[in-house]
Amino acid sequence: MTSDLAIEARDLVKTFGTTRALDGFDLSVRTGTVAGFLGPNGAGKSTTIRVLLGMLRADSGTARVLGMDPWVDAVAVHRRVAYVPGDTNLWPSLTGGEIIDVLTRLRGGERHEARRAELLEKFELDPTKRARSYSKGNRQKVALVAALASDVELYLFDEPTSGLDPLMEAVFTQEVRRLREEGRTVLLSSHILAEVEKLCDTVTIIRAGRDVESGTLAELRHLTRSTVTATTRSDHTALLRLPGVHDLVREDGYLSFDVDNTALNDVLPVLAQLGVENLTIAPPSLEELFMRHYGDELSGVSS
Amino acid sequence: MTATPTREADTTRATSRPESPFTGTLPLWRVFLRLDRLRIAIWVLALTLTMWATVVELEVVYPDAASRQARAALMTSPSAIMLAGPAYGLDDYTLGAMVANEISLTMLVAVSIMSILLAVRHTRAEEESGRMEVLRALPVGRFAPATAALLSVATANLLVGAFATVALVGTGLEAQSSVAFGSAMALTGLVFGAVAAVTAQLTEHARAATGMALAVLGVAFLVRGIGDIIENTGSWLSWFSPIAWAQQTRLYVDLRWWPLALSLALTVVLLAVAVSLAHRRDLGAGLRSTPPGPARAAGRLLSVEGLTHRLLRGTTLGWLVGVALFGLTFGSLASSLQDMIEDLPQVGEWIAIDETALTESFGGVMLSFLVLGAAAHVVGAVLRLRAEDEAGRLALLVSGGTSRTRMTGGWLLVAAAHTSVVTVVGGLTTGVGMTLATGEGRWTGELTVAGLAYLPAVLLTGAVAAALVGWLPRWAGLAWVLVVLMVFVTWFGEALNLPDWLRDLSPVEQTPLLPAEDITAAPLLVMGALAAVLAAAALGGIRRRDLLA
Repeated sequence: MTSDLAIEARDLVKTFGTTRALDGFDLSVRTGTVAGFLGPNGAGKSTTIRVLLGMLRADSGTARVLGMDPWVDAVAVHRRVAYVPGDTNLWPSLTGGEIIDVLTRLRGGERHEARRAELLEKFELDPTKRARSYSKGNRQKVALVAALASDVELYLFDEPTSGLDPLMEAVFTQEVRRLREEGRTVLLSSHILAEVEKLCDTVTIIRAGRDVESGTLAELRHLTRSTVTATTRSDHTALLRLPGVHDLVREDGYLSFDVDNTALNDVLPVLAQLGVENLTIAPPSLEELFMRHYGDELSGVSS
Repeated sequence: MTATPTREADTTRATSRPESPFTGTLPLWRVFLRLDRLRIAIWVLALTLTMWATVVELEVVYPDAASRQARAALMTSPSAIMLAGPAYGLDDYTLGAMVANEISLTMLVAVSIMSILLAVRHTRAEEESGRMEVLRALPVGRFAPATAALLSVATANLLVGAFATVALVGTGLEAQSSVAFGSAMALTGLVFGAVAAVTAQLTEHARAATGMALAVLGVAFLVRGIGDIIENTGSWLSWFSPIAWAQQTRLYVDLRWWPLALSLALTVVLLAVAVSLAHRRDLGAGLRSTPPGPARAAGRLLSVEGLTHRLLRGTTLGWLVGVALFGLTFGSLASSLQDMIEDLPQVGEWIAIDETALTESFGGVMLSFLVLGAAAHVVGAVLRLRAEDEAGRLALLVSGGTSRTRMTGGWLLVAAAHTSVVTVVGGLTTGVGMTLATGEGRWTGELTVAGLAYLPAVLLTGAVAAALVGWLPRWAGLAWVLVVLMVFVTWFGEALNLPDWLRDLSPVEQTPLLPAEDITAAPLLVMGALAAVLAAAALGGIRRRDLLA
């Protein structure tokens, strides 16, 4: 039953002093998918990843990674996992090339010469520089090259693109897609919505240590509304009576409103009868999903 | 942090001419002083209080002319000259002459180190961190930050000089020479602050800039020492060292001021050099760029032990050189000792020297001082593991498939090996020094054995630190308390008549004082076993606890 789940966390609780960093958190990631893990800073993303790596022991709840308990079988899990921390601290006196070798060889597997060289070139990283002189972005690249050069089943990326410029972000996107094509599993934490939208099959939203929403992007869109903008020939009052239509505004001849996606099928015929001259229906961006859970501003406006 | 310079720079715009490359110097100076006020206060107090306490202590230990004269006889040996100063006033060794001869070197070196650290902190370190960019983007002249940095260094030195003068006069020493002593300290500090201002232009990294400036200080130290050994009131060679200029003022003996003009002149020249170098480079760049390192890791770096060795070797090398130099120096003092002790029985109260077996006892005591270095090193090396943990690098390694116990075990093993080498080299070099001084070959072997006997004590100290890292990582710094206790007991145990139970807490105290005392296996075995138990506990602890980052 759990064999197709690469990660399965149930009811995780982790406290640091009086702070409840994780407070009954659930997470499932199917093997071979790219899972996004979305939340604001301090929501518990890094704590979760570190519990999944067996760096931290959860106070209660269960975590299974690749079918194993990450705390008990840490080494066995680590041999099949690659990890990129959010803020990468490297040994200042070692060069980037040396650090990549140290991190990939301590893994106990073979070094992948071609892969390493390819990644160094793609990320435009000079391996002969000492880590002391690397910028944050370059430190991040060292950790990324080390992780991506590793031939493992599960990749855990904790805000991997913070500090990367857009070109390098594109390289990273490419590499994650490649991992998915090869059937690897990826868990990617981020607070950059576009990144998750671009890369991920499923999304789990975490807030204050709890998973507040989880599912495929399509499922999550289902829970929210679309924004309709149109110009019509006839009067729009008929729309006001329809259930599922919110925040209707008419301005400069443009009609705009939000509609529950479940109600869309009933709204469209009514709209058509008004004589549509111009119409856009925009799907909700993850920005909006996010605001629904964290932003009082948006919920105040839309209700 | 950046908010303060902004506000300060705003006032600059209103008050001074914008075209000057020095615009904004004064406000920046105030910012630097604000950032450093605690740091400078600690340096000034530590330096001057140590100075005052040492003068008072000398007064107590050598209360009369006869005892001082006996001491003076000891000060003509090469190793004594190396660690003291030009031998002025030895024929009439007054307290003042003694203070100038025996304290000045330490004080001059300490104030120079202070100046180097402060200067680099506000020049290259600011640049490396990118904070300088923020400052330079403000309406601040090109040379303002560096000038402000040196003004802060000058301020610190001025305070040191003033407080030192007060402290010296306070002990009843002659006023004019005391003022000269204070001035010599301040000016020498300034010289090395200016040296650091130059090295900060040369390299891209603060650590390298500090290292180069400290190396210059080291050379100045050696040149002065060797020069004075050639001719014990200073030879031609001595005069190449700024430290000699300060000491050549013949404090409390036959005061002359003019050598200090050399210090002042060199400071001005060095600052001019620093400014002209700053002209020729971009912000953030060094004149000498860091050479590229290897693109691939050597095979030996790929094991836990190899990596640990690489990370610890720099510090270990530093301790090795220090312990070896002091071992040789202390050891070679052995021959001059006999005369001194005979004339000066008080020394026996000061340190635990058995007067019937003088040389043996002396070697053992000197070695027990050196072992404190090894104990400090082992604690530092073990605590580096916690630093690795806090920085998240341990997590990175562990997530690569190395178990925590393997990582920790390997680290502790290498730390133990490194510090064992330092301990044994301490014994060996002390023995070699004694052999050189006395011509008796047996000392080399005996002191090496004495060094080996300290291994359980040193390893136990490291194991205490390890157990803390394993079980109470946030409190692991407490391991330094043990080191401080050992230093305190070893240095002052005899003089202050410390209670036995307190002295017994020190592993160094538990080790028989070879070669004078008989070797007793029991305490060594107990300490060794305890070290093993604590190390095992450390491994257990690190497996059970959360990683720190």
